[in-house]
Amino acid sequence: MNHGAGGRATAQLVAELFARAFDNPWLGQGDDGAVLPAPAPGERLVMATDGHVVSPLFFPGGDIGSLAVHGTVNDLAVMGARPLYLSASFILEEGYPLADLKRIVDSMAAASRAAGVPVVTGDTKVVEQGKGDGVFIATTGIGALPAERSPGGARARPGDVVLVSGSMGDHGMAILAVRESLAFDSEIRSDSAALHGLVEALYAALPAEAIRVLRDPTRGGLATTLNEIARQSGAGMRIEEAAVPVHPQVEAACELLGLDPLYLANEGKLIAVVAPESADAALAALRAHPLGSAAARIGTVVEDAHHFVQLATPLGGQRMLDWLSGEPLPRIC
Amino acid sequence: MNGDGGIPRQLPPTVERRRLRVRGVVQGVGFRPFVYRLAQELGLSGWVRNDGGGVEIEVQGKPGNLSALIARLHGEAPPRARIDHLESDLRETDASDHGFTITASRRGEVTTAIGPDTAVCADCLRELFDPADRRWRYPFINCTHCGPRYTITRGLPYDRVNTSMAAFDFCMDCADEYGDPADRRFHAEPNACPACGPHLALLEGYGVTVATRDPVADTLLRLLCGEIVAIKGLGGFHLLCDARNPEAVARLRARKSREDKPLALMVANLASARRWAALSPTDERLLASPERPVVLCDKLPSVDRELDGVAPHLAWVGLMLPYTPLHYLLFHDHAGRPAGTGWLDMAQDLALVCTSANPGGEPLVIGNREATRRLMGVADAYLMHDRDIVVRCDDSVVRSLPSPRAGDADMQFIRRSRGYVPSAVKLACKGAAVLAFGGFLKNTLCMTRGDEAFMSQHVGDLESAGACQALDEAAEHLRHILALEPEAVAHDLHPDFASTHAALAMAERLGIPAFPVQHHHAHIAAVEAEHRHLGPTLGLALDGTGLGSDGRAWGGELLQVDGPRFARLGHLAALPLPGADKAAREPWRMASAVLHLLGRGGEIAARFHREQAAWRMADLLAAGTRCPPTTSLGRWFDAAAGLLGVCERMGYEGEAAMRLESLATAHGPALPLPGGWRLVEDKGAAAGTLDLLPLLAVLADERNTARGAALFHATLAAALEAWVLRATDVSGIRTVALSGGCFLNRLLSRDLGRRLAARGLTVLEARQVPPNDGGLALGQARIARYLLEGY
Ligand SMILES: [Fe+3]
Ligand SMILES: [Mg+2]
Ligand SMILES: [Zn+2]
Ligand SMILES: [Zn+2]
Repeated sequence: MNHGAGGRATAQLVAELFARAFDNPWLGQGDDGAVLPAPAPGERLVMATDGHVVSPLFFPGGDIGSLAVHGTVNDLAVMGARPLYLSASFILEEGYPLADLKRIVDSMAAASRAAGVPVVTGDTKVVEQGKGDGVFIATTGIGALPAERSPGGARARPGDVVLVSGSMGDHGMAILAVRESLAFDSEIRSDSAALHGLVEALYAALPAEAIRVLRDPTRGGLATTLNEIARQSGAGMRIEEAAVPVHPQVEAACELLGLDPLYLANEGKLIAVVAPESADAALAALRAHPLGSAAARIGTVVEDAHHFVQLATPLGGQRMLDWLSGEPLPRIC
Repeated sequence: MNGDGGIPRQLPPTVERRRLRVRGVVQGVGFRPFVYRLAQELGLSGWVRNDGGGVEIEVQGKPGNLSALIARLHGEAPPRARIDHLESDLRETDASDHGFTITASRRGEVTTAIGPDTAVCADCLRELFDPADRRWRYPFINCTHCGPRYTITRGLPYDRVNTSMAAFDFCMDCADEYGDPADRRFHAEPNACPACGPHLALLEGYGVTVATRDPVADTLLRLLCGEIVAIKGLGGFHLLCDARNPEAVARLRARKSREDKPLALMVANLASARRWAALSPTDERLLASPERPVVLCDKLPSVDRELDGVAPHLAWVGLMLPYTPLHYLLFHDHAGRPAGTGWLDMAQDLALVCTSANPGGEPLVIGNREATRRLMGVADAYLMHDRDIVVRCDDSVVRSLPSPRAGDADMQFIRRSRGYVPSAVKLACKGAAVLAFGGFLKNTLCMTRGDEAFMSQHVGDLESAGACQALDEAAEHLRHILALEPEAVAHDLHPDFASTHAALAMAERLGIPAFPVQHHHAHIAAVEAEHRHLGPTLGLALDGTGLGSDGRAWGGELLQVDGPRFARLGHLAALPLPGADKAAREPWRMASAVLHLLGRGGEIAARFHREQAAWRMADLLAAGTRCPPTTSLGRWFDAAAGLLGVCERMGYEGEAAMRLESLATAHGPALPLPGGWRLVEDKGAAAGTLDLLPLLAVLADERNTARGAALFHATLAAALEAWVLRATDVSGIRTVALSGGCFLNRLLSRDLGRRLAARGLTVLEARQVPPNDGGLALGQARIARYLLEGY
């Protein structure tokens, strides 16, 4: 690929590759922006944006294209919103193989179509070789938030139940395995998926008020997300380590590498904090959905002035699920 | 008594009146009655009282007698008292003054310290076993010279109302003793008797009170039947079982999830202790000392033969003698309740495993209701009482030093807690009030006041929420009992320690500066502080890992320390840490790292075939994935243990190094391996990098583990000596401070200490606080003071 910024070649690329892949009426208008219908009365608009940089660009279970769709769709979904439209901005490195770019764009288009959330506007820039890492994609999404829904990180209260929609750490370990060329008995696949269907299933099954917090535990994993919720809500949490689902091969890889799956990223998992009386209904609703078949109840919100997230270990011990400042640093003296 | 109480006298012109202010450990140690008796003997009038600042005395009489009083205050002070400072001012004489009185305490600026808890004294033991005494077999007997102090005291001044004894009203007899200046219990704040004091209760494991007339006899019976009983001690609950019952010991281990970690043994007296260990005179002194620590003593074969599973794989066993009257009653019962104390000189058969009740590694249980909640399923029964423990305080652990150099302390702390806290470490000079928050494992805090440093009790490993809460409580308690607001806080460089978080939170709340301190700098500064050494100092810090100022895992460091600054003169050659902290628990990983460096990665899978991850370890090391480098000596120890096949996975922290030391001890001295190390030039480090790889290459093929362990120790000491000498040449500094957890290794510290002293160097070692992270806060506080004062 050799396409100077703003040149004819880029315009051609956009027209041919992107427009064809994402084809939809709004994008087809070909104007500087997309004109979209107003939301239904009473609904509010939610907007979220996410820049995607991932190395490697292709990994088992997905690539940067599908990830760019899922990441932003999930940000809207965990706000309780129904995702409606996406925008996409591509930063391409000069010399990146066109065939690979096409794979990414096709995968992104497929993810957008599967999610039912069209990419209605976009932009492409090419940077000099060495000034990028192949492909960066920034996506922005707009969703409609029904009046009765208001999940928020500060709404967890003592007694509430913490649920996860499935196994923890798949995406983080899949990426790591490819990046470090680690071979495992069977391939570890990213869980990259759009979660809004799962969220709708949850809202269909229980009163909106009972859904206190929804989050997708991406970077920093379950541990970091739970700490964020605890701090925002001014409460503590008690989590049963044995109740947190982890794939055996992720577990084994973590054992080898000395990593904790609860700190690994996920791209298709939901954390739901729900009112105690609705916990069973919520769990059933999650499990009835294909993306939540391994959903589990992992713990409860407790009163705690320190906002500690405590992990009860299978041996009867307790351990802090700390909020790390960055990469875990050795600390055993 | 030859006093003049009650009779007004004419004042000859030679009479003088003085106000004395005494500071130090002077409350709760029988100091006022002591002053009273002296005043009586010397015919002085006036008064004595406690105040927040210590003890205040006003005395009037012949000037010669006044100076005699001052001299005798210093010379004859009660055993547990320590006078740090005595001020004396002349006052107007008071013609109407007559007699000498002890007056009520006055609150004021608190600058004194509460005494530490003390084992029951000989006088009280005599009464305890005297059938005619009103306190015969009363488990809460105490006097001004013994009993609980720190662990029952909420605040200063040290008066009954400020202790958990406030809940008990004196009976007439106890009130008389308390008020009688001639009595041993005059102003003994926790004074009590069966009529008015605390009482025992025995509870079943499920929390129901046992209807028994004799909880002690019942408890002993249960122990002898193999039950595990939680017994309330001074600073918390213990779990006890019969050490001669291997099934009970195994059950205790299973319930505490403590597979191999050595358990401490409580025996009746020194005569009994001699059955289990070869005791040095220092061991005996430490065992019988009023502080009653757990003393690590050289194990006799009888332990493994008769007390199966108590201290497996180690050359030593932790022993302690009873320290509360309640402990003594168990042994008394077992001895058939003899009258008198003669039985205490004879060896007794009963040996009890006595381990702190801290389920899941969380803080020690101290409350009664807490005990039944947290020890459910661990204890079969609880022997408790209604005197509350206010301050959680674990047993201290010490070790005697085989043959100290002249003038040196003859003991080393492994854990400094009950019995020693809150006694202060004296500093070289006065300075700002600084609160230091310590490290991650074996956490303690340190607060400075004037020229004293107050180390907190052992807080523990900050891995559980309970320990993090205990950290906050300990910080609050220190501020409270010292009645002092810190002017700055200090903490480790590591951003993810709960102690760092707590320090930063306090700094923000109080609007005071927070000083991050590099881990090994703090280790060395702690030793400088206790030796009141101003520096510059060469510091050899050897431990597990601490975060370096370059963001890497340090742990084998040769530093030049200059107060608040340090330079890294050298470090050990780095080893990859495969799996980061996991490698600190699995010596086979460190052994693999060494094999990899030796170009023998192909051997890893076969050598460690029991490890699931072993077949991929060579690839991991080759790729360098999740293998951060560390310069830690602790990890070199682990590698040696792993290569020798001594320990592949650790059941408790430090196990590999302890087993290696035990094997080397059993083997006896060895000669250093010629060419066993290399000093590699390093442009960033003036003293060079010390590489032990040649030694490890030999160990990788050594089949005799004991010989290998001895070779490792001997070569290491010689290598460190050469390295330190290089550093003295480079720096011109002739004083070396040794610190870090590796110096708990007795062979290493003795051998290296002798070698360096023989070279004419001044060697400073951790003696008043542990060399491990339990002493870190002292060094942090010292450095923060420097920084605060703008050095
Ligand atoms: Fe350390
Ligand atoms: Mg996001
Ligand atoms: Zn006594
Ligand atoms: Zn009484």
